[in-house]
Amino acid sequence: MTLVQVIVSGLLLGAVYALFSSGLTLIWGMMNVVNFAHGDFVMLGMYTAVVIWTALGGGPFAAVPAAAIVIATLGVLSYFLLVRHIMRGPMLAQILGTFGLALFLRYAAFWTFGADFKTLPDTLIGGSFTLGGIRFEGSRVLAGVGGLLITLLLHLILTRTSVGSRMLAVSEDATAAQLMGIRPQRMQALAWAMAGAATGIAGALIATFFYTSPTVGETLAILAFVTVSFGGFGSVLGALVAGLIIGVVESLSAYLIGPVYKDVVVYVLFVLVLWFRPQGLMGKA
Amino acid sequence: MKRYLFPGVVLVLAYPLLAAGYPVWERLGALVLLAAIGASAWNIVGGYAGQVSVGHAVFFGFGAYSAVVVYTHLGWPPIAGAPIGMLLSVAVAAVIGVPTLRLSGHYFSMATIAVAELVRVLSSTSEFLGGAQGLTGPAMPRTVFDLSFLSATPFYYIFLAVLAFLLGLTWWIERGRMGFYLRAIKDSERAARSLGVSAGRYKLYAYMLSGAFTSLAGSLYLCMFGFVDPESGFGILISVKMVVMAALGGAGQLFGPLVGALILVPLEELSNSYLGGRGAGLTFVVYGAIIVIIARFLPSGLLSLFERRSAKPAAKSEIASGHAD
Repeated sequence: MTLVQVIVSGLLLGAVYALFSSGLTLIWGMMNVVNFAHGDFVMLGMYTAVVIWTALGGGPFAAVPAAAIVIATLGVLSYFLLVRHIMRGPMLAQILGTFGLALFLRYAAFWTFGADFKTLPDTLIGGSFTLGGIRFEGSRVLAGVGGLLITLLLHLILTRTSVGSRMLAVSEDATAAQLMGIRPQRMQALAWAMAGAATGIAGALIATFFYTSPTVGETLAILAFVTVSFGGFGSVLGALVAGLIIGVVESLSAYLIGPVYKDVVVYVLFVLVLWFRPQGLMGKA
Repeated sequence: MKRYLFPGVVLVLAYPLLAAGYPVWERLGALVLLAAIGASAWNIVGGYAGQVSVGHAVFFGFGAYSAVVVYTHLGWPPIAGAPIGMLLSVAVAAVIGVPTLRLSGHYFSMATIAVAELVRVLSSTSEFLGGAQGLTGPAMPRTVFDLSFLSATPFYYIFLAVLAFLLGLTWWIERGRMGFYLRAIKDSERAARSLGVSAGRYKLYAYMLSGAFTSLAGSLYLCMFGFVDPESGFGILISVKMVVMAALGGAGQLFGPLVGALILVPLEELSNSYLGGRGAGLTFVVYGAIIVIIARFLPSGLLSLFERRSAKPAAKSEIASGHAD
């Protein structure tokens, strides 16, 4: 039964990985930009949740939408002020610009909130329950299920709605899309808003079971990069599958080999995937 | 650019005299040069060949750990580990490069990040490398070869010699066959291949050479600081800083990384030593903002300012300014 327990908690964790990676993959696929500040977007989502939840007494139902709105706004601002101008430049300009943004956001958070770790009070969603012999922690179930649902929702919006088709058109050929009456900039800004909202929600969900600090984004960013390259760039479904696989592999290897080696196994797996399928699991060649 | 060369050289040679008596400034000079060595080494593969590695900390860490390991386990002076680290790095570059250099664009960058993180995590589990605590070099100098000095000035001249050699080598490569091949690969790998450039082989050469000198930077870092742990050796920030410095000054240009280091290192160091604590947060906010602004308005780096000006009248440097890919 413990093995099932390990796999279930891996899946719940993986769903959160999927959610906070889906914003990155959306931007990457939509305009071939890797946002090095992505981890810090998550971090700010976490802080937004913490502030709304504790300082302003909003509780989780205010914290999650607030994080979504704040990070979506941040995404749109980043797009108009920075990304729009550097996306056609050399790839290095993208790294330079988004990494500068990452530093800016990270130390702005450091300056505002201080370096100490913050955690949310576990009142509403704290505690755990047992179902079929498996123990569930409330906050992790909420985060996992929320992550799964929102990632799926994002996937459906991109593949099943007309807005999604328009965004796809812009990502494939912005000029042709423009000739068809689609405004590329509006679609790209929308992509940043959607990615930001997903990222903000991911941050709020992670904040329920993880410590919040200004540097937490670095760890999360690396995980997101791995998840996205693993799943295939631009594919939200790929990020979902990759996130779940990584979550399970992490939990299993922590359980079977030892907690120190869980990252080793994940990175080795990632390098193997790149070797045999450079475009990732669901990416197009 | 040429008319700045002579006064530049004089200023660089005389800098320790100007800074003498101010330890912060003496140290700063050495640190700028050290960072410039790392970023210039990165520039060979990241700038000239256009293969944006964000995992060069692997080589930096190998250099730093090689230097400290020969001291801890063999009792040799740390600098004796430098050639060992360089050889190891060339071998490691071949092992990493053969699979990852097949990947293009962002995928290569992501793969190099993953490899560097893999090595970082492995190093923190290794007893031999001191685990997460890292290893410390000689506390007291035993011979002059331990390179333990009271002031940073000797390091300044050592780093300067290494940087001069590295830039000389880069200049020689830039003008030769390999330089043309690398630029061709950067502009369009497919076109380069179709013209008979064995792109895979030359990318690998550039990667190995770049790795060797990044490793040397790591060894020199250890000689000056006498300490390395997984984060300061293999951490992602080490890799990113090399990329950012080169990109800020101008990647794929001889002096680009040096210019980047000249701006970023003082910004970081002076804020650390004069502000510290909470103030450091604010200065890094400014640091980030400066990087963003430069990326926004000068996407090809600061040196593109000079280039544009000098290229206008005669339109002479077509190669140098024509890499707006």
